[in-house]
Amino acid sequence: MKHFLLLLLPVFAAVVTKAQSPQYQDAMTKQVGLLDVPASYNPQSMLDISNTFERIAAAEKNQWLPYYYAAYSQVMSALMTQDKDKIDGLADKAEANINKADSLKQNDDEVACIRSLIASSRIMVDPQTRGQQYGPESGMQIQKAKQINPENPRVYLLEGQALYYTPEQFGGDKAKAKEVLQVALQKYAAFKPASSIAPHWGEPHAKDLLQQAGK
Amino acid sequence: MWKHSFNLLLCICLPALVLAQQKIIGKVTDAKKRPLPGVNVYIKGSYDGATAGADGTFSFTTTTTGPQVLVASLMSFQTQEQAINITGPVQVTLMLKAAMNELKVVTISAGSIEASNDKNNTVLKPLDIVTTAGATADIVNALKTLPGTQQTNDREGLFVRGGTGYETQIFIDGLMVRNPFFTSLPDMPGRGRFSPFLFKGTTFSSGGYSAQYGQGLSSALVLESEDLPARSSYSLGASVLGVSGGLDELSKDKKGSFGIEADYTNLAPYFNIAKPKQEPTVGPEIIGTSLNFRRRTSSTGILKFYGYGNWSRMGFKKNSIEYPGYQEQTDVRNQNVYTNLTYKESLGSGWRMNAGFSYSSNIDKIKLDTIKKSPVTNVHARSDLSQLRLMLTKSLGAFSQLRLGGEYQYAAERSEFNSYKVNYVDNYSAGFAESDIYFTPRFVGRFGGRLEYSTILAKVNLAPRVSLAYKLDDYSQFSLAYGDYYQKPEPQYLRFKQDLSYMKATHYIASFQRLSSNYTFRVEAFYKKYKDLVKTVPDTLTNGTGYAKGIELFWRDRKTIKNLDYWISYSFLDTKRNYLYYPYEVQPDFAAKHTASLVMKKYFPKITTNIGVTYSYASGRPYYNPNLPESKFMSEKTIDFNTLGLSASYLTTVGKAFTVFVISVTNVFDFKQVYGYRYSTDGLRREEIVPNAPRFLFVGMFMNFGVDRRQDVINNL
Repeated sequence: MKHFLLLLLPVFAAVVTKAQSPQYQDAMTKQVGLLDVPASYNPQSMLDISNTFERIAAAEKNQWLPYYYAAYSQVMSALMTQDKDKIDGLADKAEANINKADSLKQNDDEVACIRSLIASSRIMVDPQTRGQQYGPESGMQIQKAKQINPENPRVYLLEGQALYYTPEQFGGDKAKAKEVLQVALQKYAAFKPASSIAPHWGEPHAKDLLQQAGK
Repeated sequence: MWKHSFNLLLCICLPALVLAQQKIIGKVTDAKKRPLPGVNVYIKGSYDGATAGADGTFSFTTTTTGPQVLVASLMSFQTQEQAINITGPVQVTLMLKAAMNELKVVTISAGSIEASNDKNNTVLKPLDIVTTAGATADIVNALKTLPGTQQTNDREGLFVRGGTGYETQIFIDGLMVRNPFFTSLPDMPGRGRFSPFLFKGTTFSSGGYSAQYGQGLSSALVLESEDLPARSSYSLGASVLGVSGGLDELSKDKKGSFGIEADYTNLAPYFNIAKPKQEPTVGPEIIGTSLNFRRRTSSTGILKFYGYGNWSRMGFKKNSIEYPGYQEQTDVRNQNVYTNLTYKESLGSGWRMNAGFSYSSNIDKIKLDTIKKSPVTNVHARSDLSQLRLMLTKSLGAFSQLRLGGEYQYAAERSEFNSYKVNYVDNYSAGFAESDIYFTPRFVGRFGGRLEYSTILAKVNLAPRVSLAYKLDDYSQFSLAYGDYYQKPEPQYLRFKQDLSYMKATHYIASFQRLSSNYTFRVEAFYKKYKDLVKTVPDTLTNGTGYAKGIELFWRDRKTIKNLDYWISYSFLDTKRNYLYYPYEVQPDFAAKHTASLVMKKYFPKITTNIGVTYSYASGRPYYNPNLPESKFMSEKTIDFNTLGLSASYLTTVGKAFTVFVISVTNVFDFKQVYGYRYSTDGLRREEIVPNAPRFLFVGMFMNFGVDRRQDVINNL
């Protein structure tokens, strides 16, 4: 019995540290909601949203999601910005946040997806010189995510996106991209996020891409 | 009474009720009081906060009360925390200081052009060094499109700012390379031995360089070798010149790698079709191999080994200018071994160690023959160099650094002319100390000195070096450099006479540079004073003099035209020297007054083809006409030099291998190129010094399994 109680102790401790205040739930629901709105997808709005997630992260140091979303909105801002000089700074910030998320939720497929996006954003600064370094890194992270959770639809979205945008001579394949994106949509249909604030982004983008690929 | 009390109570409680929701407003600016948009301002430990708007103002409400900490954070600025006491509405003004990241901090740049993948703010990337059409994958040829260099294509080496090829010293991971070029034949300079893809960083200094490096009067080319490859790969190549193959294996734990490469080149079939000016008698034939081994010994340490072995033979014959009706033949057999072992590790408390050992050996067997006229001359030369180098660096504060180091070289130079032997050995040791001191992140000074001793000269020299750089804004900086540079006379003079001293050059450089991600502009002016150059007439002495001064421009644009990257460089050089057999100070025969290059690279995505064009121009060079009186020494000049190189590469997939097909042509328009004239001893006959093959055509195919290295191949042309 005593043994059993001792066994439970860490579980309780974990529950206590992971306990979410209603305030946290409210704030996160509101912010994650913003990420479901297409109008948020511009470099500046993404930065504003990332600021809020960073504020929540600073107050809730044991939650991985605020760090995760801060990284996500920063890397999205990096991918959308027209100013190449800003990309590395944003990617650095996103990387710092995703490292924190990683330390709170180890070996997570969603974290690997963000890492893949960060590597892709770095390529954009100078594709000729950086492609060789970050291209394989980006691909490796997608594979890692797939290994952890083959049901994650974002894995197929990123994979399809990479196939779509990479020139054929460098391993891209538009026909294959279409197939993978169709898989992504099936996975999105079957996907149930763990909670309302768990990662669930990407479905509209997958549909857009598939439409483009269909042309 | 009751009512009264109630009112009183209300009065007391009112502030508390209002406190429940307080408004925090304010403005954030930078150090120059300009508004900062996008700043994340919040109460520490709460969710309450806001993002500053375009005018730097922010406004939010908070439920926190009493003493709190207001945090303001923005990318590339230092996060600021300010204590506030919330008892009512709060208004604050915050000022953020710029964070000192790499882009904002000034770097020493006078005299040097750096190509690095590790740093963002460099003029060139390592690929740029080799994506230059017409450079034929030779680092030195590519550098000839940069300001400060000469188009001296008839002699070996890199001629910089009025200096000879000998005055440029090449270093790999800090260690000097004794024979960086293949052995030259008359009028056929040897190309560089080392593939540009061995290096992740290249720093080309046209003067004013660090006290870490010595024995180069004019220039230092500092090459930094690659670390571990990203993954394993295998490669195969075939071209009109030969075949090559290699593998690069990354260990399972990703902490170590090894690589082997081998190549065989034979130009004889090519020369059978494209008759060169001089008739080949042997080869040219080259067998090359290389081996590398790298291992991460800890999270901060890395051990690297690189070994290279190369065997070549070639021979040419041509009509003798000295003896009309006869032919002269030159045969060279060369054997070269180069090894380099380095170890880097952090020693804790800000100290880092950089240790290196290198051994190299070069053997040339040369046969000079005026067929059926005079007996054959056999020259057998061997140079061996062993060296050790240790450098310690210590970080001082955020950016400042102290470097201390020493090196020792044991050089044995042996040569035999028929049976006449002249050998010598030199023990050279040097110590250096240098510090980069950041007075502010925008203002840096580098102060250092180098002490050298060579046993063959039995003399000590002490060379002070100083550089200053000041950053005007995020993109522009201004730099100055001064330094003394010493170098031993060439082995061909030291062999016969050892009672010589160091040659000396003093550099003064001023430069301005503006560097953004898509545009680079650079202008540099220099003055260089030469002293103690080698004179051979009337006697071999080190009492020659000279100077060089000039101004250089560089412009690069990667944005204006889509998918087109181009740069332009121009160098004006005014130099005179009195050395070797010169009677007085004149413009030497290797120096051109005006040199310019235009390098363009364009990618056509639809046909996945890269096209590169390089055009270079140099004004005519003086040449020695023995028939003129001494007062007209070197007064005649050759025609101007023009060359246009073109390369195209097509990328595709063959089976599982990424494949590139390549075609490249040098001197497409067959411009006539004359580097000078050679006279017979009696001065009655002369011949033009021209390239052996005025135009060169290369067709090849490269396949790679594993890592996509096609980009490398394209860049090789």
